[in-house]
This record gives sequence, C-alpha cells and structure tokens, in this order.
Amino acid sequence: MKELKIPLIKSGTVIDHIAAGNAVKVLRILGIPKTHSSTVSVAMNVRSRLGKKDIVKVENREIDPYEVDKIALIAPKATINIIRNYEVSEKHKVELPDEIVGITHCSNPTCVSNYNEPVESRFIVLSKDPPRIKCYYCEREPEDIAERII
Amino acid sequence: MNFRGRDIISIKDFSKEEINYILNYSKKMVSYAKGEGHIEKLKGKVLSSLFFEPSTRTRLSFESAMNRLGGRVIGFADPTATSQKKGESLSDTIRMADAYSDAIVIRHPQEGAARLAAEFADIPILNAGDGAGRHPTQCLLDLFTIITEKKKIEKQKVILLGDLKYGRTVHSLAYALSLYGAELIFVSPETLKMPKEVVNECKELGTEPHSTSNLEKAIKDADVLYATRIQKERFPDAEEYNRVVGTYKIDNHLLKNANDKLIVMHPLPRVTEIDPEVDRTHHALYFKQAFNGVPVRMALLSLVTGEKI
Ligand SMILES: [Zn+2]
Repeated sequence: MKELKIPLIKSGTVIDHIAAGNAVKVLRILGIPKTHSSTVSVAMNVRSRLGKKDIVKVENREIDPYEVDKIALIAPKATINIIRNYEVSEKHKVELPDEIVGITHCSNPTCVSNYNEPVESRFIVLSKDPPRIKCYYCEREPEDIAERII
Repeated sequence: MNFRGRDIISIKDFSKEEINYILNYSKKMVSYAKGEGHIEKLKGKVLSSLFFEPSTRTRLSFESAMNRLGGRVIGFADPTATSQKKGESLSDTIRMADAYSDAIVIRHPQEGAARLAAEFADIPILNAGDGAGRHPTQCLLDLFTIITEKKKIEKQKVILLGDLKYGRTVHSLAYALSLYGAELIFVSPETLKMPKEVVNECKELGTEPHSTSNLEKAIKDADVLYATRIQKERFPDAEEYNRVVGTYKIDNHLLKNANDKLIVMHPLPRVTEIDPEVDRTHHALYFKQAFNGVPVRMALLSLVTGEKI
C-alpha cells in the first residue's frame, strides 16, 4: 500500500509521529474543531519506518509551546513542524517538562487541588515515554490523562 | 544535619540518614516526654495546631510535645468552630497561622492539604495526617518503637496486618521498613491486599515482601506484628465486614504460637482487632507506641524550629 498523501499546506503546523490511534486525542487537546476554524487534515495508521503512525495538519495556525506540552502527554514521540510558505521553517520534538502546571486536573476527588484554593494543578513527571505523571499534592497518578486535559 | 525550617509532609521527603538522625534525637527526648527532666528549649515559641478533622490522640500527643518543651499551643480541635466552616480557604487560614506562630501542625481531610499549606507558610508545616494520605509522624514513631524495642530494623520480620489496600499510612510504613531492610510479610483478606505499586516500591528498595492470608502460620517466627484497623465504611455490607474483621483477631490463643519476643503494635484507636486480654501480656506494645509519639514529635518540633538541646 502506498503511503497516504496529505496535501501540502502553505502555512500552519504538521504534527507527525503521533502513535497510531491517538490523532483524535491530539485534536481534542488543540480544541479542534470547537474553537478553531482552520482546515485540518488527519491521516491515521500511516505506515512508516517505525510502524504505524498518525499525522495531523492544521492550516494557518502555529501551535504554541504550551499546547506542545499537552501533546507530549498524549503523543510523546510526536514532532512539530511549523510550515511557512510551503517549507518547514521550524521543527521540534515534543518533550514533557519535569513538572506540568495547570494542564490537567487531578483525578482524585478528595485531592486538595480540586477544592477552592488559589493554586493550579501541578504534576511531577515520573516518566516521559510512556507519559506517567503524579499529582504534586496528593501523589496519585491520574487514571486517564487524555480525558482530563484542560 | 540541619532541619531548621523544614516541612514534615511525607516520609519520602527524607533520606535514611535524616530519618536516623530524627530517631536518635527522639531518644534524647524520652525522659523529658515522661516528665522526668525539665527543658524549656521552645519557651516563647508558639505552635499552631490546626485540626480540620478530629484526631484526639495525635492532637494531644503534639500538644504534650510542645508543652514538654516549654512552648505554647494555639489552634482548634474541631473544624465546626472555625472560619473554615464559613467558607474560608485553607490557604487563608494557613497565612493567618503563619503570622501568629513559629510552626504549624495540620490535620486535614483532603489529600495533599499539608503540601498545599507548605506553599503558603514561611514557617515549618508538620503534617498530622491529610485525608487518606500521608501521616509521617506516625511512620516515624512506628520506626522509633521498633528500633527502641529491637535495637535495629534491618532483618526484622515484620507482619503488616489488616487493611493493606486503603490504609495509606501502612503504605508509607512498608516503604520506610523496606528502606531499612526489614523482612515484610503482608497478611490481609484477599479483598484488602497491598497494592501492586507499593509492593514494587518495596522491591525497588531491595525487599521481597511475602503475602499470605494465614496469620497463624506467619506469626510463628515474626518479630513484629503490626495490626491496622479495618474500616467498616470500606465494605458494601455489614456481614462481609464482620466476616473479615473476625478473621484476624489477635488474642492470647493466637499468640500461643508466637515467638516469645514478638511485639504487637497498632496505631490506635483499635476496634476489635486486638482483644483486651492481650494488653496484659509482654507482647502488647501499642500503648508504649502511642507514648512514643511524644518524644518523636518533641524531636521534630525542636529540629524544625531550629532549637537544639
Ligand atoms: Zn491530586
């Protein structure tokens, strides 16, 4: 089977090397389609040297580093390509920082961070790939990270 | 070693060397804790004792510790009487206590509350239990009790008995005992087994815990039997609870098979886990264990407020 071709884009972002099946989660993190009207193309189960992968292309939008951290939680091997005038002008791998602040809620209902206190949720990264995080406050690992991303 | 200004939030925040230091320091406090000597090292210091949920034993132990050091205690024992009831955030209450005192002891029903408190206070926070979370001073007094009775923790055969699934204080204890190279035997009903993550944590520290449901057999060559309370609210119906509770009753009949030097520990309060007849045997150590809370907390209060003897 020939690799599925996605049309080139003039400007925007290409997120490559998303583990197969996770493209939809990445879209949700980016708030697509709810909050953006950009044209988005998704290719799933694309064959590559390293097995199957998903690819997401977002036209006319350069995603910011804050969003990149979120993507790292779902797709730790993803690469971000910023396209300007049909060319890759920036390319970087996503990488989870050692600590994540404010991206996801703690899944523990009795955790103090879920109450009315002037703090953001805070997680210590235990492992970057596969992503494993632990709440700084209650020390529990959230059950489904993707479900809880803000 | 300098503990001045340190928060006591989780036992995992401390290295083995630091724990040793605290335990040795606690030893020096025993006679003062008994009222045999007199010190006023924390004279003029004020401890805020903030109990957002009641825990009489822990609170009295901290208050006794502060008083024995010549310090004073302010605070509350019952959340219904506080501004928290009026909707004040924990962080605001902490800021207030931070301004009024030299250290804060906090007991709170929400997990992670002590860690949060530490973010809003310049003075040291001592965690006296946060929800189902951590309770490091209990863990330290448990270690202190074993080391005092057995001279060392390494190679001691310790049975952890009861609710090993939900009781997170027993998770911290398993961690700390592994750090010291104790041999661990987990005895619990099938439904209340030690979680896999805790077992793995023990293994990473070089201990290979055994799990069994047969207490009678396990007790034969054990050095320490650490019993925990099985909480009724964990069970869907009373019948199941009664069945499980009855399984592990510690009484003189059971102790007939025990090693003569076995010590029986329990964080108290107990319900039916230990028959009162055991109280009169030389195995019973739980009251002494409760007393040990005072010298250990005296040591911690002295260390974090930077006062040495
Ligand atoms: Zn949490």
